[in-house]
Amino acid sequence: MAVLTKARPKAALPVPPTKIRHRDGWWAAFFLAPQVIGLFAFLLFPLGFAFVLAFMKWDGLGEKSWVGFDNFTAILGEPDFHTALWNTLKLAVLTIPVGLGLALLIAVALNTIKGKGFYRVLYFLPVITSSVAVALMWQVILASGDYGVLNNTVRDWFGITLPDWLDDKNWVLLAIAVVTIWSSLGLNVVIFLAGLQTIPPQLVEAARIDGAGPVRIFRSVTLPLVSPTIFFTMIVSVISSLQAFDQIYVLVDPEHNDGARTIVFQVYELGFLKFEFGLSSAAALILLVLTLLVTLVQFGAQKRFVHYDS
Amino acid sequence: MTLSHVAVAGPGRGARARQVLLHTALILGGLVMLFPFAWMILTSFKGEQQMLHSPLDWLPAPWRPENYTDALSALPFGQAYWNSFYIAFLNVVLTLTTSAMAAYAFARIRFRGSGALFVLFLATQMVPSQVTIVPLYLMLSELGWVDSHLSLIVPSIVNPFAVFLLRQFIRAVPIELEEAARLDGANRWTIFWRIVVPNIKPGLGAYAIIAFLGSWNGYFFPLIFLNSPELATVPLLVARFAGDHGAINYGLTLAATAISIIPMMIAFLVGQRRILNSMAMSGLGGR
Repeated sequence: MAVLTKARPKAALPVPPTKIRHRDGWWAAFFLAPQVIGLFAFLLFPLGFAFVLAFMKWDGLGEKSWVGFDNFTAILGEPDFHTALWNTLKLAVLTIPVGLGLALLIAVALNTIKGKGFYRVLYFLPVITSSVAVALMWQVILASGDYGVLNNTVRDWFGITLPDWLDDKNWVLLAIAVVTIWSSLGLNVVIFLAGLQTIPPQLVEAARIDGAGPVRIFRSVTLPLVSPTIFFTMIVSVISSLQAFDQIYVLVDPEHNDGARTIVFQVYELGFLKFEFGLSSAAALILLVLTLLVTLVQFGAQKRFVHYDS
Repeated sequence: MTLSHVAVAGPGRGARARQVLLHTALILGGLVMLFPFAWMILTSFKGEQQMLHSPLDWLPAPWRPENYTDALSALPFGQAYWNSFYIAFLNVVLTLTTSAMAAYAFARIRFRGSGALFVLFLATQMVPSQVTIVPLYLMLSELGWVDSHLSLIVPSIVNPFAVFLLRQFIRAVPIELEEAARLDGANRWTIFWRIVVPNIKPGLGAYAIIAFLGSWNGYFFPLIFLNSPELATVPLLVARFAGDHGAINYGLTLAATAISIIPMMIAFLVGQRRILNSMAMSGLGGR
């Protein structure tokens, strides 16, 4: 490749550079048009509209009226919203450390054994399953009463009565966390495994020759080298955790169990069940701010924990 | 050679024991991963009365394959499969074409505002789609797109992540290939279509899989935008059926659930290597 570049220096181009640049403007516009028009029409315009709606009272049919910050004060004073905000954060804390830790453990194990292909497929099955199907599959496991296999089996075998996972508002979030970890584990395993496979074996070998044990190698070689992958996965997991809705909505109806309310459910309920477009938009903007804040904090922490070579 | 022999001879037995231990742990974990699927299949063959039987029966008695024929006749699966398939297909084709075009402009064309526009693209990636869902709904209902598949196909074409990912791939294509074509008089479109696109096929394939899965399994958008039964996608169809019949007849509901995931399972088992590699690639941010 270097030879090629040398053989044909830039000055040898037959067209003068100024002329290229002039025409390039049009080409750039042509290539960018579909995505940029779409970006403005379906993302930036609705986003601006959300900001406007958040300061209005409107049910979609009657008169619109400006209400200033009333929507925000109303939302922030609403007990349901407090529950939702709190649940969303709790869910992130329940799922992410355990989910990512477990995925890393499995990936490290897979990286040292033969036949990892089989396990990759096995652990990945839930990832390709729709959230609706996941929720329905887990409903018959976690349900109380006669058809919940978990509670029935534990009662019959050990005589222990477990909580009513889906209807008890104190336990439902734990059940949701388990389902979430189960359904996303495979994706994180596959990503971590790919990250682990980029580690040069010579580095691990060198550490071993220097007398490092497996734990030391993991802490001092493996972990720093996969830390960019862990960081990326964490950002994605946190964002998707803040947006939790699909599985929860099918697994338990949050309208009937406050323990399963999340911010996105509030946005959905206010907007599409109660037609309070202003309040719904205000809730959505709070979600946006929360997402940005949490991501910013993570990028801030990145410097201390993530190792980039070069 | 001798050195590595010495190194292996020592911990050989320990290494084998560790392999056995790891395999055992991974298989136990795998059983936990598989159990919900197995339980779905078992339940899907049970009759209505058996669901209420206590203590709970693990195996169906008798096996009722009728649940599957009943589910197939009660639910318009053919229609829903076609809907899900063509929506996902159009989504993938349109997203990939337009994203690759934009990615090409960002990677290879110098134009004023390129940096700022790219930052704008990256920044909008941070906006959760739920934030804009109410205004988008109002907008699309003005356009008459609510309760139409257009609402699922068109807005999701905008895909900053795909633009970002494909830009990485395009930058890895040797510039010399393009320069050679340009000397031969090819214009930008020819260069893009004949040289860049064939050279980023792995990236396009990877993203096609991710986009297809996302569209195929999506629930939030169909839930909000579709009303008419004949427009339902597969997940929406099953979720609605479960909402109406779930607690009444779990056997039937889970037969429907199984029918809804079987084609994707088969596709996954056939193309697992490519699918898993695509997922890994996206997870590494295209690095």
